Amino acid sequence: MRTVVFLSLAVLGASGGELSVSHAMKQLGELHHFSPRSLINFLGRALRVKWLWTGIVLLALGFFSLLALLSWADVSFVIPATAMGYVTGALGARFLLGERLTPSRWAGIVLVSAGVALVSLS
Amino acid sequence: MTRNPQWKTYALLVPIVLFAAAGNVLLGKGMKQIGDAPVLSVAAFGTIFLKAFGNGWIWLGIGSLLVFLVAFMVVLSWADYSFVMPVSAASYALVPLLSRWLLHERVSSMRWAGVSLICLGVAMVTRTPASGGERA
Repeated sequence: MRTVVFLSLAVLGASGGELSVSHAMKQLGELHHFSPRSLINFLGRALRVKWLWTGIVLLALGFFSLLALLSWADVSFVIPATAMGYVTGALGARFLLGERLTPSRWAGIVLVSAGVALVSLS
Repeated sequence: MTRNPQWKTYALLVPIVLFAAAGNVLLGKGMKQIGDAPVLSVAAFGTIFLKAFGNGWIWLGIGSLLVFLVAFMVVLSWADYSFVMPVSAASYALVPLLSRWLLHERVSSMRWAGVSLICLGVAMVTRTPASGGERA
């Protein structure tokens, strides 16, 4: 039971966190110049976006759930199971961020998800 | 639509893939040294987290993941999340490749099948444009 709870927290925390970060960065607008100065300026502006902090909190929740989970559950079970995060992430991109996912992008995501599961089995 | 050319997207995806792989390997190594939590209690978690923060591999792993996060944030300022997310999964294909080439470990046929699926999936995703844009 604790495995199911922590697995759900790990997957939804990671997906939700990355979706929030993505949303925050889109609000900020694209970076064109990559000098250290404009990069620091860019990160400084990013830290003032509310969605970035939502994302960081969710990523931290997912990260610590994963760490805790890895302390008792087998890596060869945990990482394949977290591969479903690619599907929850894609669903979030479609329905929360409103991104357009073409059939070939969906197919690629499903293949990647299955591939990650296979790689970490064994 | 993005003004950044496609090569900038790929230039950032390379460190994303490398530092995600390094971060995962380093954290895994650190957590193995720390060991199991026998019971689910606040005290047990407290002990694990204290041990984790005293472990050098864990800190190297966290450092790698911070570099990953910055590159991830920058590329997401123009690229679709549904593009970046599956392509960054190439880091999972990298781990068996590196353990074969550098550590000369035996990699099972199931893991090779996984590596092939990931490469195929990444190839399919990279045939789609990196940014279609969020609809409002």
